[in-house]
Amino acid sequence: MEKQLIISVGREYGSGGHEIAEKLAKHYGIQLLDHNLLDEIAAKKNVKMDHLRALDEKHKNPLSSRTVRGYSSSPEENMLYLQFDYLREKADSGESFVIVGRCSETILKQYDCMVSIFILADRDKRIERIMRLYHLTESQAAKKIREKDMNRRRYHNSFCVGKWGNCRNYDVSLNSSKLGIDGSVKLLTDYIDKRRQ
Amino acid sequence: MLAQVVAVIIFIAMFVFIVTEIVERHVVSLVCALLTVIFVFGFGMHSMTAVLKTLNIGSIFTTEFWYLSGETSGSSTGINWETILFIFGMMVMVEGMARVGFFRWLCMRIAKLVRYQVIPLFITFMILSTILAMFIDSITVILFLAAVTIELSQLLKFNPIPMILSEIFCANLGGSATMCGDPPNIIIGTSLGYSFTDFVTNTGVIAGVCLIAVLLYFYLIFHKELKADTSKSVDYGSLPSPESTITDKKGFAMSCVIFAAAVLLLVTHAQTGLTVSTIGCLVAVATLLTSWKYALPLLRKVDYKTLLFFIGLFVVIGGLEQTGMLEIMAGFIGKISGGNVMVMIAIIIWLSAVVSAFVDNIPFATTMIPIIKSLSATYGVDLTMLSWTLAMGTDIGGSATPIGASANVVGVATASREGYVIKWGLYCKKMMPATIIVVLLSMLLIYFRYL
Repeated sequence: MEKQLIISVGREYGSGGHEIAEKLAKHYGIQLLDHNLLDEIAAKKNVKMDHLRALDEKHKNPLSSRTVRGYSSSPEENMLYLQFDYLREKADSGESFVIVGRCSETILKQYDCMVSIFILADRDKRIERIMRLYHLTESQAAKKIREKDMNRRRYHNSFCVGKWGNCRNYDVSLNSSKLGIDGSVKLLTDYIDKRRQ
Repeated sequence: MLAQVVAVIIFIAMFVFIVTEIVERHVVSLVCALLTVIFVFGFGMHSMTAVLKTLNIGSIFTTEFWYLSGETSGSSTGINWETILFIFGMMVMVEGMARVGFFRWLCMRIAKLVRYQVIPLFITFMILSTILAMFIDSITVILFLAAVTIELSQLLKFNPIPMILSEIFCANLGGSATMCGDPPNIIIGTSLGYSFTDFVTNTGVIAGVCLIAVLLYFYLIFHKELKADTSKSVDYGSLPSPESTITDKKGFAMSCVIFAAAVLLLVTHAQTGLTVSTIGCLVAVATLLTSWKYALPLLRKVDYKTLLFFIGLFVVIGGLEQTGMLEIMAGFIGKISGGNVMVMIAIIIWLSAVVSAFVDNIPFATTMIPIIKSLSATYGVDLTMLSWTLAMGTDIGGSATPIGASANVVGVATASREGYVIKWGLYCKKMMPATIIVVLLSMLLIYFRYL
């Protein structure tokens, strides 16, 4: 039986982290979990979640939520716990998968088969990528990057002790602008293969 | 003057920190209590008497604290140890009941009695929520009811959100009916010397009338949503039998006896003279003795953070009271109402409801007690009537938003963690009209009965 492998990919917006995660999933022939995580949970629990996509990877608003004996009224936080429970369940069942974001490097830390990666990139390369992908001007792309990164940082840091993007929080932090997407994937697969030996 | 300003600053800071949840609320209230003792009583008032009066430890060693031979006026000054001990005792008893599977058994028994029919289940669970919350804290009631509702919804194929929302509302309504139902009522009762019967015959009657309106309201808005999906077959065999939910049969029997005794002692405490602190201690000791093997885990499960929060809170409010700030606030309300009782009642009930919809109703009720006392003394208004007004406003107002009361938070979280995420919009759309109806109805009933 194939050894279990969980790859957690954190990423700066525009760094190509998602594409790298896709390629890693394809390389190892394992499932990629990102926005589709909600669909999986919805199917398993037999509930509709389309209207809740806006809450995915969002930080909670402390003024509109309250916590009582560990229970929170924040929809964002509850959505997160729902995803955490599902990911832990999946990891416990021995399944292999690549998970993008969602504080996965922290909540799956106890699994030895988990490799945590953070993908960053030079600012100019990120702007270039976002301009190309979404047909934006330079200032629009820079603004989008700033907003997305701020949201991801706030989301991550409001639920985890380790800080978003801090290299101590991950097994590998990699600047994708230096090797490109494929070069980064190659380097990461070499690392993962060595870890699995 | 300095003491008054500092007391107000500490009080506002406490509220801000509680709302923002930067630090846990018991830490906030204890730190603010310490600051009150040092800066308000120490540097501001130079009064050791004020410190001792607020800490109120001496009251525990008086006979009246445990047994009352006659009428009492109660005491609203300082730490209300009677409330602390009573809540502690009830927490131990409830943990004991939860351990043996009492609540799950009760829910499953009722579900079986109504033959797992969704609409009868919806109505009976609302009534069950109201009745349980009259004696047990609403958090526990909703924890179990919501969990069982979700379990049944998955088996019977219906949407659990309408049922959970209705249960939350009824838990808050049930809490308003008795002295031990909701923390503000316990604080009002022990501070002003009311009995269980006083509450039942006043707020209980109002809550009873409101329950009829609430059942009707929720039935009208939810009955279409609650239709079970008949296209999918239900496997009744997979439903757990009520008996299978009992984890310890002997313990279950003992828990039932202790619960029944607690209810009896509470209902008759005005006649027996036993105070709520004595009743709290008795039920705690009985629970621990009858399940001595589990005594330590039960004690560990007690929510000490809430008890510490209460202690800190009483000291901070004591600071406001000792410096005369609450009398100034009472004077302000009196001035706005122009001494008109009807306006005064309207202000108290709507102010309590609106504030409780957004912030913890416990600090608000605790703050308001000396204020209504002062209003009563200044304008000659019946204090009991103002007390019932305050109780209804704080208890019901909390239902309006997902953050208004503890039961709401627990219910919303329990549903959301099972995939039934309840957002602010959905919650308020269904619950705010119900809150407005019940607060309005309560106000009219108070006018009708007491004026």
